[in-house]
Amino acid sequence: MMLLSGDPPRGRVLSALLIVIVLALALTPFLFPGAKAMNVAAKICIFAALVASYDLLLGYTGTVSFAHTMFYGIGSYALAIALYGMGPTWSAVAVGLVVGLPVAAMLALGIGLFSLRVQAIFFAMITLAVASAFLVLASQLSWLTGGEDGRSFRLPELLRPGTVLLSKDTLGFEINGRTLTYYIVFAASGAMILALLRIVNSPFGRVLQAIRENPFRAEALGYRTVFHLTYANCISALVAACAGVLNALWLRYAGPDTSLSFSIMIDILLMVVIGGMGTIYGAILGATIFILAQNYLQALMGAASRAAGEIGLPLLPGLLHPDRWLLWLGLLFIASVYFFPTGIVGRLRAPAK
Amino acid sequence: MTDATAGGEALPKPPLDIVPLLLPVILALAMIPLIGSASTWVTLTVASLAMGMMIFIMASGLTLVFGLMDVLNFGHGAFIAVGAYVATLILLPMAAWVQADSLWQNLAAVTPAVLLAMAVTGALGLVFERVLIRPVYGQHLKQILITMGGLIVAEQGLYALWGPQIIPLPLPAALRGSFIFGDIAIAKYRLLAMLVGLTVFVVTMLVLNRTRLGLLIRAGVENREMVEALGYRIRRLFLGVFMAGSALAGLGGVMWSLYREQVHASIGNELMILVFIVVIIGGLGSVTGCFIGAVLVAMVANYGGFLLPKLALISDILLMVAILMWRPRGLYAVTNR
Repeated sequence: MMLLSGDPPRGRVLSALLIVIVLALALTPFLFPGAKAMNVAAKICIFAALVASYDLLLGYTGTVSFAHTMFYGIGSYALAIALYGMGPTWSAVAVGLVVGLPVAAMLALGIGLFSLRVQAIFFAMITLAVASAFLVLASQLSWLTGGEDGRSFRLPELLRPGTVLLSKDTLGFEINGRTLTYYIVFAASGAMILALLRIVNSPFGRVLQAIRENPFRAEALGYRTVFHLTYANCISALVAACAGVLNALWLRYAGPDTSLSFSIMIDILLMVVIGGMGTIYGAILGATIFILAQNYLQALMGAASRAAGEIGLPLLPGLLHPDRWLLWLGLLFIASVYFFPTGIVGRLRAPAK
Repeated sequence: MTDATAGGEALPKPPLDIVPLLLPVILALAMIPLIGSASTWVTLTVASLAMGMMIFIMASGLTLVFGLMDVLNFGHGAFIAVGAYVATLILLPMAAWVQADSLWQNLAAVTPAVLLAMAVTGALGLVFERVLIRPVYGQHLKQILITMGGLIVAEQGLYALWGPQIIPLPLPAALRGSFIFGDIAIAKYRLLAMLVGLTVFVVTMLVLNRTRLGLLIRAGVENREMVEALGYRIRRLFLGVFMAGSALAGLGGVMWSLYREQVHASIGNELMILVFIVVIIGGLGSVTGCFIGAVLVAMVANYGGFLLPKLALISDILLMVAILMWRPRGLYAVTNR
């Protein structure tokens, strides 16, 4: 209870689902040791944290930001550039963190002070514009960022797949640097999600919810809304940048497509809405469902598309083509905004007392 | 306004705010010494005016819809892309006419393509408004999310129907090439784009300022409840504006893809950001502001691209920041929202 900040999942099915997901993620290296399964699991961890940080903004303050991938990208690039420039040392990792995180926070502060005074719609448009400019900058300043190709780098010795920490003979499975990296990603993501849970259940989090429900009233009660919104924006940006660092750490690469592109922003939006806005737990569910769909639904759709093609149905093969999986998730997204705005978590959750 | 008050005592006119109007002119003149060569300057200015007009055509619908109904349609980019794709339905089968060396045959191919594109995007606007936006009036957060979802679905639908490849769309033969005056070359298509854009602007302004319909729209922008209380069905008015705005986005999409000579579903997203910047600069809801904003953005992009290519990458943002520092609600603040 302490760990969950007095905000447990509430609801048996939901708790069971979350426990299954967390256990599966924790045991992935032993249960499914293949490279693909490990990649999927790491991506779920990273995105769960990233989406949770977005939920702090969207679900708890009601502001729509399109610059979240920018902060994610800053984290990724900071680590990548540091490790690329200084070589695979731990001090390079530290430099990446020390430079990347404050940059993300300062940028969030600037954008917040500049545009959070006005209404939500304005903020959405400004962040969209700033994020697109940042994407262009990152892909053009090739001396720093490697341009469209991005930066590949080597990790410190300890985290490389070749480093065997415990050989197969002792326990029956191998623990190598890759496994260790996975657990760093897992633990850090878990810690960030718990920290976010703590934040939204603190008095500060309550003020954010008050602002979401009625900004005028919150201001009349004496809370400076701009201050609170900007603060939330900075925290959210910091967590997103941390998730970006983990992303780069796992991929050993940072580039525009993996950390900055607009399609990632859309993915985040889909995950948070389908999972459940304003719940934090929704991030875990949303990320899991979305990334599993992204990786495994396509095979299913490919089979269905071929079947439809063989029977000779018009249009269906195109609509069921494996690359069109986003179409169906988009429809699910629209349906969830209308019919269950609190997402899967809201559906499964017993009403709050 | 004039017809409405002709009978009684004339209302005091709001003071004409001229400074924003002068901005593009000043900017263009200031660039002459920096660029040096007169012919380069003319080419760049014409290019930016043409680009500005095309962006204006796409942005005008968005700003009106926002002003009238407080709805920001993030799916506007989808209409741009749909318009471009629909035009290929006619332009590609009629490639022989498009490439024929006769202006009339060219027009006989392009005109139906443009009309069809506008009709389809207008109809799509109707569906979009009825199905997606109507249930979420007054809820900004849901509007943004829903229209975003509409954009995703529409874009994926385009991919499903036409496939992900880039479709080449050559410019009609009669519109290629340039008019040459001395050492100044002006591309024919740019001239056409300017003409179309100016026509759209003038017609919009006339409709808004000289007709009863326009009076209602402007009144609706300023105070929706009052217009409703006077017995006008503002929902229907809004539907009309939404469809017109969508059709204009479709027109802009066709023009832009002819300009680029290719069609791809990603132009929706790409132009969306530019359109947003223009709408913010102009002041949400203001058509004049949108016009000036479009020209300014295009000028900064063209002049900047020539003088400081590196800086041009983020010139839109810098322009937006500068304008918002000066006028935090855009060049012309129309709505009090």
